[in-house]
Amino acid sequence: MANIKDKIKNIYKKKNSGVMSYTIVIGLYLVMEILMKTGNLTNLIKSLLVPCVCYIIVAVALNLCVGLSGELSLGHAGFMSIGAFTSVVVSGTLEEVITNDILRLVIAVIAAALVASIIGYLVSIPVLKLEGDYLAIVTLAFGQIIKSIIGNIYLGIDEKGFQFSFIEDTTKISENGKMLISGPTGATGISRISTFTAAVVLCIIALIIVYHLINSKDGRAIMAARDNRIASLSVGINVTRTKTLAFVMSVMLAGAAGAIYGLNYSSISPAKFDFNQSILILVYVVLGGLGNINGTIIAATLLYILPEMLRSLADYRMLIYALILIVIMLVTNNDKLKNRINELLRRKKKHE
Amino acid sequence: MSEEILRVEGLGIDFGGLTAVNNLNMTIEKGKIAGLIGPNGAGKTTVFNMLTKVYQPTRGTIYLNGEDITKKTTIEVCKAGIARTFQNIRLFDKLSVIDNVVIGMHNSLEYTTLDGIFKTRKYKKAEKEAYEKAMDLLKIFSLEDDADTPAGSLPYGKQRRLEILRALATNPSLLLLDEPAAGMNPSETKDLMETISKIRDRFDISILLIEHDMKLVMGICEKITVLNYGMVLASGTPEDIQNNPDVIKAYLGGE
Repeated sequence: MANIKDKIKNIYKKKNSGVMSYTIVIGLYLVMEILMKTGNLTNLIKSLLVPCVCYIIVAVALNLCVGLSGELSLGHAGFMSIGAFTSVVVSGTLEEVITNDILRLVIAVIAAALVASIIGYLVSIPVLKLEGDYLAIVTLAFGQIIKSIIGNIYLGIDEKGFQFSFIEDTTKISENGKMLISGPTGATGISRISTFTAAVVLCIIALIIVYHLINSKDGRAIMAARDNRIASLSVGINVTRTKTLAFVMSVMLAGAAGAIYGLNYSSISPAKFDFNQSILILVYVVLGGLGNINGTIIAATLLYILPEMLRSLADYRMLIYALILIVIMLVTNNDKLKNRINELLRRKKKHE
Repeated sequence: MSEEILRVEGLGIDFGGLTAVNNLNMTIEKGKIAGLIGPNGAGKTTVFNMLTKVYQPTRGTIYLNGEDITKKTTIEVCKAGIARTFQNIRLFDKLSVIDNVVIGMHNSLEYTTLDGIFKTRKYKKAEKEAYEKAMDLLKIFSLEDDADTPAGSLPYGKQRRLEILRALATNPSLLLLDEPAAGMNPSETKDLMETISKIRDRFDISILLIEHDMKLVMGICEKITVLNYGMVLASGTPEDIQNNPDVIKAYLGGE
């Protein structure tokens, strides 16, 4: 009997509890904080910290959807956008009521996550009836629709309360009030209350949620539904429910990350969250490895920093970036190359 | 006469203009092992798919333990107590062997999504019990040493056995096995026969199996139904079936 217990313990040990992911994120955080405190960070790098962590969160969230649930979504930038603008509106409205920045940030992030997950749930009802390419196309369209809708919203607040108009700006905000969202220009005059620490805390929370989900019956059901739909049904798994759960969780985290992202800039425009943005996040996930969260974190960090580092190349920047992506893709998918590297490693071991 | 676990009355299904199964009547008694045989394309797997509601039957009624389950969904049928394996193995390839079994217990794990996210005591207790129970099940087919290998990398024979265990994990009262011995050599088949009988006794369930290996079918089935062209050709004890001229004709051809 003891034997069995040992075996189960071993299985528990081998389960991916995410220690590695937490270590990577906290390690990165400490290194950056130390560099910042000692004044070794350029302003460019400092300005990249918060968005980089936000992209890590969205990429981890997308991995839950694409890697673990097996549903290709091309609309996650849209949910990030919902999160960003929700948080801007909430934070802007509460600016005078709640003067504590941290509290206001927390409320804004929670509101953003809620709004994103509600819209995500509504979207999932028609979307999750589709599979494969069709799902990708529809989520792509939803991303664009969200962008267009937000790009046409005019929302302001003054002593009379909220004023809202669509497509044309008919709001008459008095001098004491302010515009929260003004159509294609987006939001301006945002009080920048996001901090690197807040982003990292959210990232850790997101990782905890994802890892705990993976190791629960719902996580197993999500992966089972991905591996074999009919078999999942035959053991009594409600495939629609699990897929919805994965999708809603995923967009909720994307919305929360969008909130931190939005409140990090003094102005954001809806055009920022376009199709390219969704693809970029997908690239992080695919290069990091589907279902591999450590890989996603590393890929998101490197690939977000890389184009910024290449800025000195000016016009050739995206060209070089694309070439690097292609090379990484070829190298990580080339069996011959992999075997050769493995052989070299083996030889090295023998020599030792 | 002992109690019936399954009663099928006038079951039939049409795919467009093609009648795949027609007027199928069948009963399985509690605690018995029954066989469903017939030439290729006779509609055996279609019957399984109708019983588990992968296909919705066009006609007829299915009673499980006296309860009409004809209108239920696949998930509800599983909860009602029918579990199955598949002719072309359908495991969760990327998940570990033990996780495949634990997934079978999905609906008997009584904790919510939030319990899972906050890792409450309820979650921990249920998970621990599930893994212990899964380990126990793996012992039936001596798969406990493979517990943490991905199911997809198991050899074929072990995959078939794992699928049976996953079905057992749903705590069924009726187990449907679709060609459990396919691809096994004679000695493996013999082992499997013994294990199937053992499973029946230990879990006190009834079993319906589709099989082409006549030695296995005649060896362990107490009742056999023969299908041909979607209709029942004969049914009875193994001796009756072996001596039935219609069955011999269907299998060997000739006038």
